Amino acid sequence: MTNTKKLVIGWFSFTCCEDSTILLTEMLNEHLSDWVKKIEFRYFKALKSDNSIVDLDVAFVEGAISSPSQEAELKKIRENSKYLVAIGSCAVTGQPSSCRNSLVPEEINYKISWYLSHFDYSKNVQKIEDFVKVDDMVSGCPMESKHFLEVVTKYLTLFNIN
Amino acid sequence: MHSGEITIENITKIEGSAGLSVKIEDGKVTDLKFLIKDYRRFYTQAVKGKPLIAVPSFLSRICGTCSIAHLLCAIEALEKSQNISPSEQTMKLRRLAYDGLMIRDHALHLYFFVLPDLLGIDSILDIPEDHDNFGHQLLHDSFEIKKVGSDLTTAIAGAIIHAPLPTIGGFLKTPDETLFPQLISQLEGIRGLVLRGIEAFASTNDQLVRNSDYLALRNDSNYDFLVGDVINSSGKRISEENYHAFMNSVIIPYSQAEGYVFSDTKEDYLVGALARVNLNKDLINKRTSNDAEKYLRIFPSNNVYHNNLAQAIEILNCVDDAVEILNTIHIVPEKIISSAPTAGIGVGVIEAPRGTLYHKVEVDAKGLVSDYDVIVPTAQNQINIENDLKKYFQENLSKEKDVLRLEAEKIIRAYDPCMSCATNFLKIEWIEE
Repeated sequence: MTNTKKLVIGWFSFTCCEDSTILLTEMLNEHLSDWVKKIEFRYFKALKSDNSIVDLDVAFVEGAISSPSQEAELKKIRENSKYLVAIGSCAVTGQPSSCRNSLVPEEINYKISWYLSHFDYSKNVQKIEDFVKVDDMVSGCPMESKHFLEVVTKYLTLFNIN
Repeated sequence: MHSGEITIENITKIEGSAGLSVKIEDGKVTDLKFLIKDYRRFYTQAVKGKPLIAVPSFLSRICGTCSIAHLLCAIEALEKSQNISPSEQTMKLRRLAYDGLMIRDHALHLYFFVLPDLLGIDSILDIPEDHDNFGHQLLHDSFEIKKVGSDLTTAIAGAIIHAPLPTIGGFLKTPDETLFPQLISQLEGIRGLVLRGIEAFASTNDQLVRNSDYLALRNDSNYDFLVGDVINSSGKRISEENYHAFMNSVIIPYSQAEGYVFSDTKEDYLVGALARVNLNKDLINKRTSNDAEKYLRIFPSNNVYHNNLAQAIEILNCVDDAVEILNTIHIVPEKIISSAPTAGIGVGVIEAPRGTLYHKVEVDAKGLVSDYDVIVPTAQNQINIENDLKKYFQENLSKEKDVLRLEAEKIIRAYDPCMSCATNFLKIEWIEE
């Protein structure tokens, strides 16, 4: 009997330059034909509008967390995913998206204050692991593509998908 | 739809996070908000106090997809602040790296984001594994086109994202010339695919026409993304240094990015491939003009959907431009031009894939950044996008809500907006309206 189970994944972006998303779209040049047979992209906002965060096998999360609403979204992703992988430097370390954390008070001018007070910014920008359990990390700015492929292979194997 | 609200929490198949909310009362659009939702990172504040050599690679992190644009724009601004003139070879190599960026970035937008609209499906992930399927053919064309763009940029700049080799005064390493024959062959190999794409993106019947003004860089000798004066469709022409005086920023209270209007007329305007082809089509590469003549006749156009066709034509222009350069360039070893730091101000203006990009730096006598300003294309297009959408909704209220939502997303997508760019700088002058 053929195993029809696909790895159900979500790809999420928080505060960052989305370079890992762009790198992933480049990796699709080579891998998409194979991956669509093995992977269901249940949440991938850059590529589809019909997205869902329910029953994910693996959530891939790029970017750092800037606000309480992003924190709540991240926790919701974690609750709905068996595994969660932090993708790229901002997700893994917070940097460089968290550079505003080190602005001294005299650098927080009225323009920055306006934005901080008109939207729900948290005091500090933080990495993913500060809020939820992270099962794997792919670091790099953008993510290191070879390591990312190894992580994808690891989860395909874990879920018995060949 | 006579009365009600349309809210799109997350517009998909674009770069970054944006939303739309529309209020309709008694058959009239009473409120429309295009919401840029990415959180700001305040990079132009964070860059203050850094040594100038560290600035380009830091600011390339403003954006993943057009990082090469921010990198080269920052380098131009910093070189001008230090009175450094890059060599002719350096300028040609930057142009080559940039052709690669345009090929890859436009192809990503056209084939991954816009193509599903053209095919009437949700996503490229829904395209069947059928070699006779037109969508399958175009998708696989895009894999090859994007790869060639990436290979070109990587050969010259070291990587497609946050490229390590371009620096102030030159390149940290000159490219391996033995790679060029292979690159030329790859570029020639995708020409037919690119032409098929032009035909496909010209086939749309979608139309939204509004009398927009356009703005782009123009260099009278060739179709140039990196060097030129700033011109608009009203016939104004100014130097890069005066670009900032051309426009006023406008606070948009519900958006994480400022919008822009012309400083004299207070009118909105459009930047991007449509503006460039409208204003500079006489400068398009001769080989491109010959093969895409039928489609170039469509321009100048006021149909915002033709931004997609303009991008498709620009891909061919960049393929042909790169082939010309690779066929004629002979790389010689060059030292990076450098000098002791000096106090100065420099402005860089280039055409990013999505439109005109401005970087301005102020450097102190120690070579540390004392001020930095960035104006990106998507922020400039923001008011134009809203005004286009207002016109669209007002004229199409008889349509079903689902159709209105879909078509509004298609209009926004045609602009190829980039929210990462739009939210990661801070204006120096902030004019409260």
